[in-house]
Amino acid sequence: MSRIAHLIIHRGEKGEIPTLRRYEVPHTPGQSVLDGLRYVRATLDPTLNFRHSCISANSCKECMIVIDGKIGYACMVRLEPREMLLEPLPNKPHLSDLATEIAPPDERLDHVS
Amino acid sequence: MKTRAKTADLNADVLVAGSGAAGMAAALAAAERGVRVILADRSLIGRGGATVMAQMTVAAALGEEVPDHWEAHLADTMAAGRGLCEADLAALVCEEGPRDIRQLDEWNIGWARRSDGRLRQVHAPGHDRPRCVYVDFLATGPAVSKTLRARLQRQQRITRIGDLYITDVVVRDGTACGALGFSVADGRAVAIAASAVVLATGGLTRLYGRNSASANMTGNGHALALQAGAELMDMEFVQFFPIGHLAPRLVGMDPIMWDPFRYKLGGRLLNSEKREFLNDYGVEERGRYVATRDHATHSILKEVEAGRGSPAGGVYLSFQHVPENKLREAFGPVIDRLARNGIDLTKMPVEVAPIAHYHMGGVRVDPTMETRVPNLFAAGELVAGANGANRLSGNAITEALVFGRRAGEAAATRAKTAASAVPNEIASPEQLEPLCASTGDPAHNLAGMILELQGLVADVAGPSRNEKGLEQGLLKLAQMRVAIGEVPPGRPGPYNLVRVDWFDLRSMLIVAEVIMRSACLRTESRGAHQRDDFPLLDNSWAQHQIVSLRDGALAFERAPVANGEVAKVSS
Repeated sequence: MSRIAHLIIHRGEKGEIPTLRRYEVPHTPGQSVLDGLRYVRATLDPTLNFRHSCISANSCKECMIVIDGKIGYACMVRLEPREMLLEPLPNKPHLSDLATEIAPPDERLDHVS
Repeated sequence: MKTRAKTADLNADVLVAGSGAAGMAAALAAAERGVRVILADRSLIGRGGATVMAQMTVAAALGEEVPDHWEAHLADTMAAGRGLCEADLAALVCEEGPRDIRQLDEWNIGWARRSDGRLRQVHAPGHDRPRCVYVDFLATGPAVSKTLRARLQRQQRITRIGDLYITDVVVRDGTACGALGFSVADGRAVAIAASAVVLATGGLTRLYGRNSASANMTGNGHALALQAGAELMDMEFVQFFPIGHLAPRLVGMDPIMWDPFRYKLGGRLLNSEKREFLNDYGVEERGRYVATRDHATHSILKEVEAGRGSPAGGVYLSFQHVPENKLREAFGPVIDRLARNGIDLTKMPVEVAPIAHYHMGGVRVDPTMETRVPNLFAAGELVAGANGANRLSGNAITEALVFGRRAGEAAATRAKTAASAVPNEIASPEQLEPLCASTGDPAHNLAGMILELQGLVADVAGPSRNEKGLEQGLLKLAQMRVAIGEVPPGRPGPYNLVRVDWFDLRSMLIVAEVIMRSACLRTESRGAHQRDDFPLLDNSWAQHQIVSLRDGALAFERAPVANGEVAKVSS
């Protein structure tokens, strides 16, 4: 029987009352949480927003979120065949879903316009 | 004029799009010449491109290990390019590279050194001597990015803006005068007026399912340049890195990580019979690392095709003959990272397979990095010509630094002599409308379509191509173009990836078509372009293919290669 990772994900834009949505991702050993998030966008729900650039090389440092209450890189934490709660970083301005404003303040558009 | 109210209007003397090594070098060089620069990146500044992912080698004739001369580096670069290098551009990389590498050393990048203070240089495949500097461990790219970022932060004349996606280069009277885009962070439309524009958006390896670069390498700079009126060149030449990690699954490590291991420890490429096989294809390795990327890729694919591949569809790379203390001495903490992934190199081989890594083709420029559109420059991986049909290991970062600096210098000079001041507003409300309008939800899952496109491009325009596959691919691209429609879906908003996907797909579909049609026209095999229906090199094809837009349609022509005498273009 195939195993399933149940991702429970914080949804909503900044200023909105967030909701939690549940997604079922087929689990293969060795996958990362980022693999699970990319699976959700490509097959279940493309409106899910989260940051990443380098895809699992842990170079861009963009995919930092809160996983089961602990801050971590989605590309470094293994996906597991159980319920996993994914939330945006609490200490950064929220943008949408799991995406937060993580750029230094002087590297943002609203700094100049 | 409601549209205008929602738009952020910016202006600068020089706009640089993309903040890998080329973009950062361009911004620094321009600012040092006294002009105001905006450095924009669709992701975070200095983090989202390919530079930050570079694992090890940066080639330059520094002569630290053994005497060297830039002309020897040039000879190796030209030989690796299989007859398609533009000599002037390749010479710039080789002659000026040492200066930029020394500059980074002065800025304390931390190149690996011997105890006597000399820089360490490794001997990479295709080079005639040890020529490649690096930062331990597997940290070259992050060190280059960090060093350049630190310089940017001290430069008051540079405004850095992340999460800014450029969608159009604005051309007025045939001359580039700025760009349009939108803020990924808040969804606002952005218009940037500039006297000169430098595109440094990197390559296009995201077109391939298995690739070693970031999700940002979508070829959007190629599409921007093409639509602004510039020419593209040699677009069929996509480099596959032969030994990309395949299995077992790793997290938090770059798939090209085995390159440094091979530089330092040799390693053995084995087939399913656990036999070294490169010799069967004319490359004798004997535990050393000498096969160039095109030859190694070709040999691995042939071995898999012959049924002697590994279970996951690649071949084995083994360091089992290397004692544990040697492994630890060479890679210290990386050995622990591997252990956390369940890999013990003393006990097991890993599986590797070719992976899309770099693009030799790109925007056609002159030695000042200007395109044929006045005031539109390009730099870095985006530029064609220096690497011909196959890039030598270690030339990418050097190219990014040299071409970036030169593009920044030339753009600043142009901005200072510009006939008119930077206009306040460069775009009409009509031009901005697609960026501001709210439309319906997309008819398709665009993230899913990107995945589908990646599979298609890998299938038909991967390391092995033929006319039938390419023609089928082109048909499928046409269907996908219709499917995504003419306007971006949804509405502008904070971090809306559906809109980002749409703009990415728009570029990716254009660039995929250019690659497939170029690959279809080139009826020979050369370097990274291998046709199974035309398996031999054809000397009559020792020519570039040039692509441009003519009345909205792609036009293809051939141009001779200037690979003879190197003109004195260097200052």
